[in-house]
Amino acid sequence: MILQIGRRTVAAVTAVGRFGHFVSDLGRALPDVATWGGLTVVQMRRVGVDSLPVALFIAAFTGVVLALQASYTFTGTVPLYFVGTLVGKTMMLELGPVLAGLALAGRVGASMAAELGTMKVTEQVDALETLAYDPQSFLVIPRVLAGTLMFPVIVALAILVGIATGWLASLILLDLSTQEFVKGLKLFYRFKDTWFGLFKSATFGCTITLVGCMVGLGTRGGAEGVGRSTTQAVVYSAVLLLVLDAFWALVLLR
Amino acid sequence: MIQFADLYKAFDGKPVLAGVTLDVQDGETMVIIGYSGTGKSVALKHVVGLLQPDAGDVIVDGRPVAALDRAGLYGLRREIGFVFQFAALFDSMSVADNVALGLRRRGLSEDEIEERIREALALVDLTGTEQRMPAELSGGMRKRVGIARAIALRPRYLLYDEPTTGLDPVTSAVMDQLMVRTREHLGVTGIVVTHDMRSAYTVGDRIAMLYEGRIRQVGAVAEIQQTGDPVVRQFIEGRPA
Repeated sequence: MILQIGRRTVAAVTAVGRFGHFVSDLGRALPDVATWGGLTVVQMRRVGVDSLPVALFIAAFTGVVLALQASYTFTGTVPLYFVGTLVGKTMMLELGPVLAGLALAGRVGASMAAELGTMKVTEQVDALETLAYDPQSFLVIPRVLAGTLMFPVIVALAILVGIATGWLASLILLDLSTQEFVKGLKLFYRFKDTWFGLFKSATFGCTITLVGCMVGLGTRGGAEGVGRSTTQAVVYSAVLLLVLDAFWALVLLR
Repeated sequence: MIQFADLYKAFDGKPVLAGVTLDVQDGETMVIIGYSGTGKSVALKHVVGLLQPDAGDVIVDGRPVAALDRAGLYGLRREIGFVFQFAALFDSMSVADNVALGLRRRGLSEDEIEERIREALALVDLTGTEQRMPAELSGGMRKRVGIARAIALRPRYLLYDEPTTGLDPVTSAVMDQLMVRTREHLGVTGIVVTHDMRSAYTVGDRIAMLYEGRIRQVGAVAEIQQTGDPVVRQFIEGRPA
């Protein structure tokens, strides 16, 4: 029992140490703009194109469900235009960033862990080193920057789509007028709702890509190792994303 | 000159290298032979700083590799070409881009890069494959692209990790010729890690056998062929224990 606790503690401390080392390596590679500059644009395109369909698909259905659930909850007690309030607030503050983030943890984080893991076990990462490239500059910084910059764009579009489908559902299924929906949408709107959601999604993007890269580059042991890394990347990203979500709510919304 | 100076390395507490000492003179090709899993590739990776020794060091032209800072290490790597066991080509890049990657790092002009790619691919008999992707190449061709990528840099040293492993005898012989031709053409110092004795006799000036973490014997090809050491004899003759 004590041995097990000891082992887990050592493993946890080692993981934190590895993360710190990884991040400090990243900082050291930052001045190498000549290497990561062009590659970041390529990664931004990949992250954006890969992620947009799944994020918008989820947002579209979330908007509809939110409108219907709000109407179901409010029936008879709260004016129906509050549907607009609930759809807007929830999409901007929580469901837009978090649902897109969780979906992209599976889509982007897993893909990065698998790609880098394969490169690691086939010695492509070593080959980069022997060609005098820093893998942090060549592989990690472009992906982390792309995630950090593109996630807010994807989430912004997802929020817009979610609100649009919520509005359509209200119009078609709840007999709510556009004016009423917009009135509800504007009622408690603060600019902070927008930047909070987008800022949060930037931190999600950074975390998901950082975890994907770190786990991928730590891969050992062939195809089985790549599979393990891919699963780990998704699990760690999802857990960290939810922890971060709570953290930002605590820090920025109180 | 490359010197392995009392090199020690263990993985998960299991010693792999236990005091490897070996000098590789300028202009020669040293072949390191040994059983699978005896640490030949591990020793080779220490030369370019891909692994850090537990004790001892590899000294390249007076520079202790483990003590170099990052800039020093990258400076050293610019002088060394490394050919990986399974070529380690970048899957997402064409043959030409694979060969060009190291050249771009050195800041050469695009014209010069194109010229170097053409020259390197011609030397490995792969002219015309520039736009092909690694997935479209056979194992032997991939290894030759790996060599082209290394020699395009015009290195002072070339390190080969199991260059003939997994190849049929004819393709292996082609690889051997290629390594000899590369040495003659570029005059580089080479280290070849292999357990293919035919290849070792063809490409090596001297042969060193790694056994139980140390160099068991080192000598010219003829010396090794006539060795009286029972361990080396058994290995080069391929006799089961």
